[in-house]
Amino acid sequence: MSGDENVYDSLTEEHGADTQWAYGHGAFGSGIEDVEAEIASPVPDGVDPSDLAQYCLMLGDDALICSHRLSEWVSNAPELEEEVALANTALDLLGQGRVLLARAAHLGAAADEDVLAYQRGEAEFRNVALAELGDDLDFGRAIARLLLFSTWRLALLSRLTGSRDPVVAAVAGKGVKELTYHRDYAARWTLRLGDGTAQSHDRIQAALDAVWPYVDELFRTSDVERRLVGAGVAVDPAETRAEFDEVLDQVLAAATLTRPQRPGIGTIGGRGGRQGLHTEKLGHVLAEMQSLARQHPGATW
Amino acid sequence: MDGLETQFDETIAADQRIEPRDWMPEAYRKTLIRQIAQHAHSEIIGMQPEGNWILRAPSLRRKAILLAKVQDEAGHGMYLYAAAETLGVDREELTEKLIESKQKYSSIFNYPTLTYADIGVIGWLVDGAAICNQVPLCRCSYGPYARAMIRICKEESFHQRQGYELLLAMVNGTDAQREMVQESTNRWWWPSLMMFGPPDADSPNTQQSMAWGIKRHTNDELRQRFVDMTVPQAAALGITLPDPGLVWNEERSAHDYTEPDWTEFKAVIAGSGPCNAQRIAHRRRAHESGSWVREAAVAYAEKQAAKQEAAA
Ligand SMILES: [Fe+2]
Ligand SMILES: [Fe+2]
Repeated sequence: MSGDENVYDSLTEEHGADTQWAYGHGAFGSGIEDVEAEIASPVPDGVDPSDLAQYCLMLGDDALICSHRLSEWVSNAPELEEEVALANTALDLLGQGRVLLARAAHLGAAADEDVLAYQRGEAEFRNVALAELGDDLDFGRAIARLLLFSTWRLALLSRLTGSRDPVVAAVAGKGVKELTYHRDYAARWTLRLGDGTAQSHDRIQAALDAVWPYVDELFRTSDVERRLVGAGVAVDPAETRAEFDEVLDQVLAAATLTRPQRPGIGTIGGRGGRQGLHTEKLGHVLAEMQSLARQHPGATW
Repeated sequence: MDGLETQFDETIAADQRIEPRDWMPEAYRKTLIRQIAQHAHSEIIGMQPEGNWILRAPSLRRKAILLAKVQDEAGHGMYLYAAAETLGVDREELTEKLIESKQKYSSIFNYPTLTYADIGVIGWLVDGAAICNQVPLCRCSYGPYARAMIRICKEESFHQRQGYELLLAMVNGTDAQREMVQESTNRWWWPSLMMFGPPDADSPNTQQSMAWGIKRHTNDELRQRFVDMTVPQAAALGITLPDPGLVWNEERSAHDYTEPDWTEFKAVIAGSGPCNAQRIAHRRRAHESGSWVREAAVAYAEKQAAKQEAAA
């Protein structure tokens, strides 16, 4: 056989600059330069480290859990272009979540991101309910959830690029580009479904109606956030409401959809996702996500 | 022989590429459509066994690697369907044929992924075997297919490296992890050998495909190359390939090995592999439950076009 095409030559070549490889060998696949050094940066003056760790968990858990829900779409999307786009969105959010969890681990004396992702119980997760909502592989619900989530998160991250915490600022800086794409993707599909066929119009409207009750929580300010706003680290989510409403009004009008009129889901004794109180869904998400890691305590992969 | 056919034969003989607008014999076109479609279907069906572990990946880094890999496979499917479309078929039509079981995909994906070691072993052996099969296709006589393969082979080699790297981490881990790697290798070894197709004596189409410059090496040549490359890699992992007949043959400068069970291969191809029905049902469900979305996109595009026309 001719030797002109040694199949395995490519395996010994260096692919350091390639983005595909960066997912595997970059520490976090996040593209943030020198992220290891960033994660160990000192806590900004006047900031309570445990508040900062909680805040990183909030932003990190939102990304991680939403990424999990999007990953459920792998091999289930309506078209190959959507396979690629949904997986890409899930990867972006996973990258953000990993850096934020690693920062939280560093601040809170957990060994690493994986201890936080795999060893915490439901009550220790700090994500909002919207991130954990299932969609039963209904593309309309996936798009409705992504539209709300990405519009909100983009509004947050674009205000966090100047955070006094260098890790939060770095995640926000890169995340703004990613979230801009996610929001655009969700908005374009909202238009196609809203102004497509009668059936698609009804389905995306029903999907929006179903997720709408989880919107209020996005703008509820927790005590941790309130303290960190004062320290120049966090943004007050309540401040992002106007931008969120404006974007949603624009997209829904163009998509011939109506803004749902549904009461928001309330808290239990004043507690919600940010205080570790979740919907019934999160337990199932974690049961699946953590099962293998918990079967092999102490193993490295 | 007419002028067009002479020109085609000369292009093939000179090892030049046939392009979509060139004349080609109907049998050449049909063979290519069948092969490229089968290849595209394999990329898409292959997302299922690996996707099976994304939600349960045991570390966030492994999750990111696996998610990126499965996303690559969707991309490979897209390039390949696009290459097939240059031959006058479309993706929708080919997808219908797949879910009607009128076209095939690689038999390997009819096996289940039962442990996380399977993710590493698939990267190592299955992507490895795919690379052996596909690197020669980068010189295939049909231009669009050859160009798609160049891009795909690059990514497959990342997949193989990442798979192997996972296995290295696992064999250096706990006893349970090491056992998992050995058990998984035992299961995937024979199906991986089958990926090269039946023995040359039972592969009636090989000669024509080689004459047309679609195929460059026979099934048995490629299988031998795969075995010879894999043996030292298994040794480096400290695991055993499950074939007591696997020995170095000084005279041939190659390994002797036991043939896989070709009866099992035929049965899997014929539809009775462990996951055939599951894979097709899954693909059908995804395709059919997405039809309202695709219809909406078409309706929206038509409305937009009509609006633009009215405004013009
Ligand atoms: Fe592939
Ligand atoms: Fe691959």
